[in-house]
Amino acid sequence: MDQDINPIFERNVPGTTVILQGSVIGIAGCGGLGSNAAISLARAGAGKLILADCDTVELSNLNRQAYFRTDVGKPKTEALAEHLRSINPGIELILHQVELTPDNLPETFSDADLLIEAFDRAESKKWLIQTWCAENPDRPVIVGSGIGGLGKTGELKVHSSGNIHICGDEWSSSEEGLCAARVSIVANMQANTAISLLTELKG
Amino acid sequence: MITVNNRDKLEWKKGMTVQTLLDEMGYSYSLITVTVDGILVNDNEYDDFQIEDGADVTVFHLAHGG
Repeated sequence: MDQDINPIFERNVPGTTVILQGSVIGIAGCGGLGSNAAISLARAGAGKLILADCDTVELSNLNRQAYFRTDVGKPKTEALAEHLRSINPGIELILHQVELTPDNLPETFSDADLLIEAFDRAESKKWLIQTWCAENPDRPVIVGSGIGGLGKTGELKVHSSGNIHICGDEWSSSEEGLCAARVSIVANMQANTAISLLTELKG
Repeated sequence: MITVNNRDKLEWKKGMTVQTLLDEMGYSYSLITVTVDGILVNDNEYDDFQIEDGADVTVFHLAHGG
C-alpha cells in the first residue's frame, strides 16, 4: 500500500507513490520553471532530485520563483533544497552549484531517468536538447518554451515528438515580462509531464 | 505527403531535406528544434538529412524565459 510509505502521500493517486519514490529527476536551472517544478515533484513523492544552478536568489526573483525574502543571497540550489526538505524530509537531493555547459551536462544528470529543462535563454535550451538527446536517446527531456506575458492560458500546451516534450506556447518571451501565475502553470505542466512519463515508464 | 506539427501537410519531393522543407514552410527563425519521425535532427544535418515520403516532422520553437 502506498499509504505505508509516508503519510504525506496518502492522498496521492493510487499506485504512483512507489514508482515516484524510485525515480530520479534532473532539473537544469532553479529559476521560475525549475523551482516551481521541483516543489510539485517533491509533493508528488519524487524520491531523488538532481538540482543544478549557479545563481543566488535575488529580490527580483520573488515575483515568480519559489523563494522567500529570507532566501535572498543564498545559492538557489541550497535555498530550494531547504524548502523541498521542509515538505518531505526524506527526499534525496543532489545539488550542483555550477554553470551547466554541454561538457558537464551529461555527467551532472547521468543518473536521471528524465531531465526537466529550466534555463532562461532559448540558445541554452537548444544546446541542452541536442546534448541530452545525443547522450540519452531513450530518456525524455521536458523543456519550457513560451512562458512570457499574461493570460493566454489556452495557448499553453505540451507539444511532444519522440522523447522531446515542450511545455508552453512556444512563442511568448521573457522580454514581455514574467508573471508567477503563467510561469507556474508551465512549470507544473513540466512536472505533470514528468510524473505521467515516469508512471508510464516504470509502472 | 509530409506532415508538419501534426497539422500542416506538404507535398513530398524527391531529394527533400530538412532545410528545403524549412525553406518551403517559411521558417526563418533560428531558435528551433526539429525532429523527423521522433528523431532529433541537429542544425548541422539540415542540409543533408533526407526526408522520406510520409514522414512526420516536428518543428519546436524555443523562446526565452525560465
